[in-house]
Amino acid sequence: MINLQIPIDEKTVRSLRVGDQVSLSGAVLTARDRAHKYLVEEFVEALQPNDDERENLLRIEQRLQDGVIYHCGPVVNEHDDGRVEFVSAGPTTSIREEGVEAEVIERFGVRAVIGKGGMGARTLSALKEYGAVYLHAIGGAATFLARNVERVDGVVHRDFGVAEAMWEIELKNFVSVVTMDSHGGSLHDEVREASASSLSGVLASMGQAPVDKQQR
Amino acid sequence: MSDALTDLYEPLLELIRRTSTDLPRDIDEAMTAAREKEEPGSAGENVFNILLQNIEMSRAGTSPLCQDTGMISFYVHHPCGMSQLAFKRVAERAVAAATAENRLRPNSVDSLSGESVDNNLGAGMPVFHFEEWEMDEIDVHLLLKGGGCENVGAQFALPDVGLGADRDLAGVKRCVLEAVHLAQGRGCAPGILGIGIGGDRMGSYELAKEQLLRSLTDTNQDRVLADFEDEMFERCNELGIGPMGFGGKTTLLGVKAGVRNRIPASYFVSVAYACWAHRHRRLVVSKGKTEII
Repeated sequence: MINLQIPIDEKTVRSLRVGDQVSLSGAVLTARDRAHKYLVEEFVEALQPNDDERENLLRIEQRLQDGVIYHCGPVVNEHDDGRVEFVSAGPTTSIREEGVEAEVIERFGVRAVIGKGGMGARTLSALKEYGAVYLHAIGGAATFLARNVERVDGVVHRDFGVAEAMWEIELKNFVSVVTMDSHGGSLHDEVREASASSLSGVLASMGQAPVDKQQR
Repeated sequence: MSDALTDLYEPLLELIRRTSTDLPRDIDEAMTAAREKEEPGSAGENVFNILLQNIEMSRAGTSPLCQDTGMISFYVHHPCGMSQLAFKRVAERAVAAATAENRLRPNSVDSLSGESVDNNLGAGMPVFHFEEWEMDEIDVHLLLKGGGCENVGAQFALPDVGLGADRDLAGVKRCVLEAVHLAQGRGCAPGILGIGIGGDRMGSYELAKEQLLRSLTDTNQDRVLADFEDEMFERCNELGIGPMGFGGKTTLLGVKAGVRNRIPASYFVSVAYACWAHRHRRLVVSKGKTEII
């Protein structure tokens, strides 16, 4: 198990390889579908940020420079005194952010993205170019993982809804596995290829037609 | 009758609480058995270790097993004369209350505006399936199905020339293998498959999802389907996708299939994928007494 403290420098992140188990501690920002759309529309595509969003931008930049994005829409307990606790907080499926994650990594200097299910070629290429990794948390292990959210510091755009808001959280010993690294390695590509080969074997043993790549 | 249904508020609230936090035992038993098959020290074994701890922690602490408390679907069998509208009203109240106490995440989103609704209600939410029967009991089967696994479901119209899938059981098998391969680990493997053969597009999906309400340990009454389920379970696990798609021996925990008649022109095969956190429980109301199973 490799202990990683956020902020993470480029050298450390480039030393990580597919298969490494990491225990992560420090400041993280949750962001999923609506947040990614917002980050790209407001701060990547717009010529200059909307005045109303400047304060949010500062908070987001501060957290994401050499920082970590967590694809997560938690169940939270918002107490009357303003205190917030994460109740259940596992990862959500990451592939939905494939269209924009590369831009977000570049724009904000993100060093790690936590999620589940892996991401595609564009993100893999951004991990290599800018020096970052994809960390796979255990999908559905929401009660277990919520206990590694030590504190909720604040929230950006609570109006996006509980699941879609960007929660500013502090992780302590949050366990995940490197499944995409900054050297072009992807466990997801490896398993997909190996399982495609197993599928061909299974089809042959069932007397079925082989996978015909031409027609697919 | 409507008074009797008002009395269902507490039992329905308890049904939601239990379903969200307390996984059916047949699933953890299958996972405990599956853990033994993974290589000692492998990523797959480690996934099972964490998942089994998560199941126990959620049960003991009553927090949602998974933060995605999913699409809320009630499958209701009821005697003649029960008001479906009255049932909906009381079930909606229970859903809103369970959301307020964090047993459900506010999960209802306006598809056009993107606005999140804070009580889990709204157009088409929750989902109700009603079926009248000749018995006196009311049987409410609740399914909480998250988006990760719902998104990897698939439907095929046979023949599918690209897949080499013809309109027979061999073709159906080809579709199932394809769906599992395409899903990889994204449906939070190890998953459970519900397969619908026949029907129209909607009926085929409905049938597939209904199979997910069965116990993992039951045996299909139809011999052909029972053999089909066993074979698909074995073959899909040979793909080696493994827990979370990390590679490993267990890709699926179970396969359940049902069949409906079709019209000559159509042959649909639908695959509903349930993640390992397959949250479903029943409330049985009989002679004024309630029991959650």
